[in-house]
Amino acid sequence: MLSDLSGWAIAVVAVLGALSVAAGVAVFVVDSMARATFALLASFLAVAGVLLVLDLVYLAVVTALMMTMEMAIMAVFMIMFMMNPAGLMPMTMVHNAKGSAVVGAGAFVVLTVGIWTIDWPTRNPERPADSTRQLGEAIMGSHMLVMLVIGIALFATILAGTVLATARGRYDRFGAGLTAKRPDDPVPGGLRR
Amino acid sequence: MPEQTLAEAWGLVPAVLGIVAVGLVLGVVVAVVDRIVVFGASGAAVEPIRSSARLLVEQRRTTLAPDRLLWRTGCVAVPTLALLSLAVVPVAGRTLWSTGADLVWFNAMEALLWAAVWLVGWGPNAVHALTGGYRFLGQGLAYELPLMFALITAGLAAGSLRTTDVLAAQERLWFVVTMPVAFVVFVASAAAFAFWGPFAAPAAADIAGGVTSELSGVDRLLVEAGRTVFLGASAAMAAALFLGGESGPWLPGPLWHLLKTLAVVAALVWVGRRMPVLRPDRTVEVGWMVLVPLTLLQALVVAVLVLNGFYA
Repeated sequence: MLSDLSGWAIAVVAVLGALSVAAGVAVFVVDSMARATFALLASFLAVAGVLLVLDLVYLAVVTALMMTMEMAIMAVFMIMFMMNPAGLMPMTMVHNAKGSAVVGAGAFVVLTVGIWTIDWPTRNPERPADSTRQLGEAIMGSHMLVMLVIGIALFATILAGTVLATARGRYDRFGAGLTAKRPDDPVPGGLRR
Repeated sequence: MPEQTLAEAWGLVPAVLGIVAVGLVLGVVVAVVDRIVVFGASGAAVEPIRSSARLLVEQRRTTLAPDRLLWRTGCVAVPTLALLSLAVVPVAGRTLWSTGADLVWFNAMEALLWAAVWLVGWGPNAVHALTGGYRFLGQGLAYELPLMFALITAGLAAGSLRTTDVLAAQERLWFVVTMPVAFVVFVASAAAFAFWGPFAAPAAADIAGGVTSELSGVDRLLVEAGRTVFLGASAAMAAALFLGGESGPWLPGPLWHLLKTLAVVAALVWVGRRMPVLRPDRTVEVGWMVLVPLTLLQALVVAVLVLNGFYA
């Protein structure tokens, strides 16, 4: 695959790759929640840049889109859960250093061994005219089952996260018998219900 | 012919400079129309230029212990993202850059605005600015999904995420006729991304200007310019995606697109300036209980029309 790329493209991929690793390291070096969040975002954006150079525009743009929103929502959770919601006091970004080092090294070894030992499929000689269309046909066709399973798993994760995050359930809102006409909310929503 | 991008037609550097110029002109147009609607026509044409020049020479003030790196990054990112979103907006029938994912590119630049505006609020280490930044994110949770469905609806009818394909698919009928909900949601979300008009709570007076409260000099110029340029770019995009872009009788195509863009800007400013600022804690429920089902229904209607060959 790399042989198809021009020298410039390979150089850009290398620079962006180094940038993404450097930004990833910075996540654990900086002492502020906001800087860690945005270092992580910079790392993801560098990966999106690599995808862009490889001419996978849809994947690149979706990576940038999703990761940015994830970081923004992380900022929202920051104010919801942290003792120091503004996060302006310097704090370490490392917890359980030994355990995470072991997990990180293990994951690195597994991935590296996998990358070099798997018998990767060789690509057809000609490139697709429209990689976005090809991706869409794969998701909606041959890979539909796996995408549906992932979708349901993600949806379950979202629901579980929300259930864990909220202290109030429907019984708090509508009473023990769920009979109240209007929910008893500390902050009223936008609809007059 | 429309498959050719602006960069291929004019050369890369002139095309980029041209798009930047178009963006700045659109921004000034939005500011002038805004001024006319609020204060009347006298002096409206020079006022944006004059206040920009004043901000350029104004000395920058700072706050106690700001996060300068993130603050500056946010201030520069706002106008940069507004200009980057213009890369997929057709100018003279061509986009600066044409890919199979133009609509997603536009949406990604909007999403990056979330990060940029939050940084502008975070940077100065000041409570009002930070509150404004969080208000912006809170509002964003309400309109992001409806906006995505609105964009996808236009792509669905055209059978492509490429802006020029969406333009070509409207030769017979403007998309606004079959997808009015998507059009309204798109324009309203543009105003929300620029935290402007009824969505100005992140910069509202009750928190002393919110995200913009600690901005001065060049920083304020960059953020304000980014807001107006983004509004102008979104108006041009709305005209292209839903109002047929260049289609129209008698006049040349680019002139039609310009007129439609101006009409969207005028309508947006005229309506937006007549509405009260929405409370940000009241927007999420409306977004999820009303707009998400409505936009999904809109997408369903369009999908059925596509299956019946309505747009073919």
